Amino acid sequence: MNELVFFIDNGLVAGLIIGAIYALGAIGVTLIFGILRFAHFAHGDMMTMGAFISLIIAFLLKASGFHSPLALVFLGMFPAMVITAAIAIGFDKIFYKPLREAGARPIVLVMASLGVTLMLQGVLRLFGGVSARNMFIDRPKEIFQFHLPGARRAIVLTEPQVILFIFTIATVIALHYFLTRTRLGKAMRAVSDNPDLARITGISTEHVVWATWIIGGALACAAGTLLSMDVALKPDLSWNILLPIFAATIVGGIGQPYGAIAGGFLVGLCESLSVFNWAILLRPIKPYLWFDIPSSLSLVPTEYKLMVPFLILIIVLIYRPTGIFKGRVL
Amino acid sequence: MSLLSVTNLHAGYGQMTILKGIDMALDAGEIGVIVGPNGAGKSTMLKAIFGMLNISEGTVGFDGADITGIRSEKLAAHKIAFVPQEANVFPSLTVQENLEMGAYSRRDAYDAVIDSVYEIFPDLKDKRGQPAGELSGGQRQMVAFGRALMIEPKLILLDEPTAGLSPLFMSVIFDRVIAINKTGVTVAMVEQNAKQALAIAHKGFVLANGRNSYTGTGNELLANPDVARSFLGG
Ligand SMILES: Nc1ncnc2c1ncn2[C@@H]1O[C@H](COP(=O)(O)OP(=O)(O)OP(=O)(O)O)[C@@H](O)[C@H]1O
Ligand SMILES: [Mg+2]
Repeated sequence: MNELVFFIDNGLVAGLIIGAIYALGAIGVTLIFGILRFAHFAHGDMMTMGAFISLIIAFLLKASGFHSPLALVFLGMFPAMVITAAIAIGFDKIFYKPLREAGARPIVLVMASLGVTLMLQGVLRLFGGVSARNMFIDRPKEIFQFHLPGARRAIVLTEPQVILFIFTIATVIALHYFLTRTRLGKAMRAVSDNPDLARITGISTEHVVWATWIIGGALACAAGTLLSMDVALKPDLSWNILLPIFAATIVGGIGQPYGAIAGGFLVGLCESLSVFNWAILLRPIKPYLWFDIPSSLSLVPTEYKLMVPFLILIIVLIYRPTGIFKGRVL
Repeated sequence: MSLLSVTNLHAGYGQMTILKGIDMALDAGEIGVIVGPNGAGKSTMLKAIFGMLNISEGTVGFDGADITGIRSEKLAAHKIAFVPQEANVFPSLTVQENLEMGAYSRRDAYDAVIDSVYEIFPDLKDKRGQPAGELSGGQRQMVAFGRALMIEPKLILLDEPTAGLSPLFMSVIFDRVIAINKTGVTVAMVEQNAKQALAIAHKGFVLANGRNSYTGTGNELLANPDVARSFLGG
């Protein structure tokens, strides 16, 4: 029983947590690809930037003597989402829009986003340093324990994990409502389907582009903040998070927001289950086994975790290049 | 005065000029049919009128205003709608959503317009919740047509609305064109099925190599032996 609890904690919950983060990031990447038709490489650093902004606002709240039952950094996240969205629109205006209007090919925009990511990395390191930071500045994070009958160990969920689950579910519902019920959401799907026809139809591409950056930027900020709350704010996150997010986007089908969500959880779970030490689950049945259980029995050593999204990516690109939800082919 | 007047239109793609001086005039309430061999520049002409290409010379006038070079996204406000030859529906959007997108530029209530589109194309009503990409070619053409009607246009530009349709569907579409025209909508339509199309046309235009080669009423062009020999297959 204890072993099962260990599995739920370190296999399932860990996978769902990181999967939710990937999903929040991949929604933005897939929408940007669907509407603007380029792979947005700066998404990882936009997450880090969002987390920093949340932390700064939390410090400001603390300095002004603000008290609340919720962690300050979580309160800071909502204004930070607005600010990150505004910055994303600003980046579009300065870097991507002029290229688009000059009729640049998608690869040029990808290169521009690579430039933006290097620039962001530099700025973040210049002002934020390289050390990891704790996001809970006003109090330690709360820890919830759930006891299964017959187990000494409890299933442990931390406060940021609970917040992350609730936030992700709310986001998915809100996104679904937005895309299927609102005029602007439907227009986003229309532009993603057929940009030329959208223009002919009189759909304002400007509004749709804005909506894309608002959603992408705000969710990147939320994902960065919630991830940093769960572990710590690491300024050098960017490339390590970008690969699994791109894997999630492609697995889900490029341009498909529901696919991005499914892909995020799929990649997250695959990752955590491949580094999980399966020897622990075998221990209770040790007497009945004809072989010795090695002390560590995981599919992939933790250091090589990044291999998993790579592998998923390659398999999907070979056997199902349109992804689960039939997205575009690269 | 004509509703649509195209004079000496020169336009093309990039540096390449395809249209070398096209003239066309349609009065309000008319059906104008444009025919001509493949590659004559018929689609190019509709795209140029609809602000999708750079016009190097000539003017497009509509309803007393000069709309030369006005971008397509702004033309809904002038009550001009365009149904392109290909990729003319949003495949992952439902039929109903396609129609709603047609009304994107409208700020008023348009439920009645959707109802009237379903009245014109009853087949679509049963399919309203289905993604347009899953429909047959003829049904898709109806969705595209209906989408364009959502702004209640004064002028509708149709590029080969019957391309690839069975003869039965073709006459259904032509019937609808006539019905819509009867409600006062001016129609400019490119067609390969030249005989049938000219038969319902008030005016006909034969294009070749980016120029007008014949202009007349539909019946005049049908009766013209030169036109018949070169463009109508004898
Ligand atoms: N996107 C484009 N870029 C460059 N040239 C083009 C483009 N589209 C069409 N053309 C050229 O313009 C000319 C006229 O094409 P257009 O599509 O107007 O012909 P059409 O009369 O509509 O023919 P069809 O009956 O086959 O539809 C052709 O020579 C074609 O090669
Ligand atoms: Mg054509």
